[in-house]
Amino acid sequence: MRRADERGNDPRVSDTIFALSSGTLPAAIAVVRISGPEAFAAAERLAGDLPPPRTLSLRSLRDEGGELVDKALVAIFPAPATATGEPLVELHCHGSRAVVARVLEVLAAVPGLRHAEPGEFTRRALQNGRLDLTEAEGLGDLLAAETEWQRRAALRAADGGLRRQVEQWREELVMLAARAEAAIDYVDEEETELDLSELHEAAERLRSEWIAALEAPRAEPLQQGLRIVLGGPTNAGKSSLLNALVGCNRAIVTDIPGTTRDLIEVALDLRGIKVILVDTAGLRESEDRVEQIGVSRSMDALRDADLILWLGAPEDAPAHPEIILVHARADERAGEVVPREAIATSGRTGVGLDDLTDALRRRCEALLPAPEQTSLNRRQAEALREASDALNSLKAGDPLLTAEALRQAMYALDRLSGRQSTEDLLDALFGRFCLGK
Amino acid sequence: MNGRMFDVLVIGSGHAGCEAAAAAARRGAKVGLISFRPNDAGQMSCNPSIGGVGKGHLVRELDVFDGLMARAADRAAIHRRMLNRSKGPAVWGPRVQADRQLFRSAIELLLQSLPIERIVGEVTSLRLNGNEVVAVVLGDGTIIKARSVVVATGTFLDARTYLGLECRSAGRAGERSAIPLAAQMREVGLAARRLKTGTPPRLDGRTIDWARLEEQPSDDEAWRFSAHPEHLPSVPQLRCAITRTTIATHDLIRKSEDQSPLYAGLIEGRGPRYCPSIEDKVRRFGDRDGHQIFLEPESLSDHLVYPNGVSTSLPLAVQQAFIRTIPGLERAEIVRPGYAVEYEHVDPRRLTPELAVRDMRGLFLAGQINGTTGYEEAAAQGLVAGLNAAAYARTLSPVLFDRRSSYIGVMVDDLTLQGVTEPYRMMTARAEYRLALRADNAVTRLGQAAIESGALSAERRSAIERHLASRGTAAFAESQEGQADALYAPYIERQRREWAEVERSRQVRVPSSLSFGGIAGLSAEMVERLTLARPHDLDQASRIPGMTPAGLTALHLAVTRAAA
Repeated sequence: MRRADERGNDPRVSDTIFALSSGTLPAAIAVVRISGPEAFAAAERLAGDLPPPRTLSLRSLRDEGGELVDKALVAIFPAPATATGEPLVELHCHGSRAVVARVLEVLAAVPGLRHAEPGEFTRRALQNGRLDLTEAEGLGDLLAAETEWQRRAALRAADGGLRRQVEQWREELVMLAARAEAAIDYVDEEETELDLSELHEAAERLRSEWIAALEAPRAEPLQQGLRIVLGGPTNAGKSSLLNALVGCNRAIVTDIPGTTRDLIEVALDLRGIKVILVDTAGLRESEDRVEQIGVSRSMDALRDADLILWLGAPEDAPAHPEIILVHARADERAGEVVPREAIATSGRTGVGLDDLTDALRRRCEALLPAPEQTSLNRRQAEALREASDALNSLKAGDPLLTAEALRQAMYALDRLSGRQSTEDLLDALFGRFCLGK
Repeated sequence: MNGRMFDVLVIGSGHAGCEAAAAAARRGAKVGLISFRPNDAGQMSCNPSIGGVGKGHLVRELDVFDGLMARAADRAAIHRRMLNRSKGPAVWGPRVQADRQLFRSAIELLLQSLPIERIVGEVTSLRLNGNEVVAVVLGDGTIIKARSVVVATGTFLDARTYLGLECRSAGRAGERSAIPLAAQMREVGLAARRLKTGTPPRLDGRTIDWARLEEQPSDDEAWRFSAHPEHLPSVPQLRCAITRTTIATHDLIRKSEDQSPLYAGLIEGRGPRYCPSIEDKVRRFGDRDGHQIFLEPESLSDHLVYPNGVSTSLPLAVQQAFIRTIPGLERAEIVRPGYAVEYEHVDPRRLTPELAVRDMRGLFLAGQINGTTGYEEAAAQGLVAGLNAAAYARTLSPVLFDRRSSYIGVMVDDLTLQGVTEPYRMMTARAEYRLALRADNAVTRLGQAAIESGALSAERRSAIERHLASRGTAAFAESQEGQADALYAPYIERQRREWAEVERSRQVRVPSSLSFGGIAGLSAEMVERLTLARPHDLDQASRIPGMTPAGLTALHLAVTRAAA
């Protein structure tokens, strides 16, 4: 197999990649994508003659020996108007693990083809100019989407929801900047007389929108999962509860206090929301060096948690904005009064687990951006923060420094949208004002 | 003349040509300056003013290299204003009204003080040897050999003037246009598009009712453009006045639209958005009840007044009629009608930062031919082309201007990377580092480069050295420059951090052999823009219009692969 960089200096000639592009198997249908210069030739080897471009047709996919692998719908998309910008083939196969594994195996045997690396389709789309940066980030997230919730939010970003929002902010900002610039570069023209305080007010309105966007939940927990940390004194039933929630014996459970000494992390699909459950060492004074380290890790985990399940006495709970009180091992504590607002559970009998899951789910939803809501990832938030900081320093009475602040904010938004605004600024300037003598 | 050899031959003695010839001569080159007519140097064809916001910065920068414009403007100033005084020193714009005759004679005197040979004639063609310029041919067949040629023909390249529907082949009212040279430029693939500009009618100042008009006095302080001014004879300072068009003016102009060459489809060239003719203002901004007009005396020795704000190409009768609807001008007489001029320009993306044509050795272009407008923009390009034509002819170091340290650098970078879609005018909005690029600190910014260029008189050199040495003293801190430095220090510190980012992109060089057509991820349009502009590094590439992060990533990738 030749590699791209061995083909001389023409980087457009890349190798051909393939991968399962639809979700987890088994499923009704599995879509395998092939992208690259050899895509059509490879599809022809499997399917025989190919249908006309952009038409789904039924074909029999066969291996080199002529043995039938699957009956699948095949569609071909000539470059450059494809998702990757390269010749692209889609094989809509039956979604069984065995069928898909065999299709991928047959493809891998075709010379010049290789399995795609994670995100490689997106990277090619980006390289081939089929996506801009915010769209690519949305798509990248889409590919990594593990749950329905993530998929919906990712779809929205890929669809340009964020782009449209940024574009609207940018347009408003460009108009404000144009007013300041016109006053500087076109002196003596009554058109351009500047009402600085009005400009500052308009900038402040824009900035408050940005701050609201910055304070809204971030996109990252969607991909990485919310961290839900189980905390409490030793032997409170944390590990049992974790095992009950996960549905398998993930953590060792004994009645010996201090069994759990290190953090145990388990990813869980909480009815469509990705969460990470973290079991911690019980909090107590200990002479044991290993346990001391475990306890200090527990403290860190509790501090960094998105949400805490607290299994100890309510008055001992750490200060944290998101806490659910759990009265664990309820079956063994018949005589005790369940504290107000605590949910009584038992890992052994399953009592209260549904209530707890419901409560968890509700709290998690509030912590995540709603699927309809535009959410920022870290890079995007940084750029917006910078733009907002720039407008924060508007100085009364200095038109030039005001213009500079607006330009700084504009450049920051440019980084977010990947555009350059200087020409747009001049367009706004000349479109709006009658300038020049 | 036949068979003589020059280091640098400059075609055209406008603002670009004069600065180019003078800069080359100061670098020790043997220079010839060719013009259609004798005593043609330093004409101000349009408004009689020098400087302004952004433009004033260019003049100050020229002056650091001992350029002519600042000193000539100082000698000819009959009205001074420091614009934007209320808006912070970084955007103060020194501007003067200059007496046309005094300005011309000042330029003439400055040229005469340098070893420049003046040649009268029309250059009809450049003589090429392969892709190298070796000589120019005059209309009478004379061949003048040169190691390098600076073409600074302004608007004269196949120019046509329009007055009403009447069209003449002329570069300026009453002066012929350079047609054969334009044909050759087209032949070698240099001529790009046509642009349009215009000028207002000139009025007889004795027929203006000055008493009724708002006066605009000259500044009290007689500040100078030049950082090292001469002792000047005091020239009387005149007053300007302000008036405005009326509804009646606009009605008249609207009624006469069919007589405008702009709307009759005669003029194809694109005019600037920021200096529209009065017809354009009325058409695009019809809701305004009036547009300002500045009445600017042109000279101490005649009565011509330049009504700044009513550039027009309507027929003379319409011009006369609408002028008289303006307060104070009810009895005004037009001495010379306004007109539009349409001319050919070269796509400046074909040029290197030295303003040399990339694939034609020894050929430099400066001024309006590159798609700019304005005396200051032209003169600044003349400096760049002259310094570097001399460098090419005499194997000296090139003198390059950086957009982080000068408006000249901003302009050259904009022109050579982005090209022009309308006549290019300098504005402070174009300079992203404008807090650091002030009219008051030009010597600090460019002094060292000017000294290294060797293009300075001994006096200038020592004056710059003194200035640079004075920084850090208590007296300097008290100076205008020192105070402005202190005012902007926190902002400039932030810019320095941004420069670090820029510097990283600059380290990624785009090899001159790289074929942009082979890069996946670039649209055909982007490939064309990159091929035309040939960015030197990733930082330059990022400023090419339409460049997306995806495109830049693709280019970065291609460059990295090419280097591997």
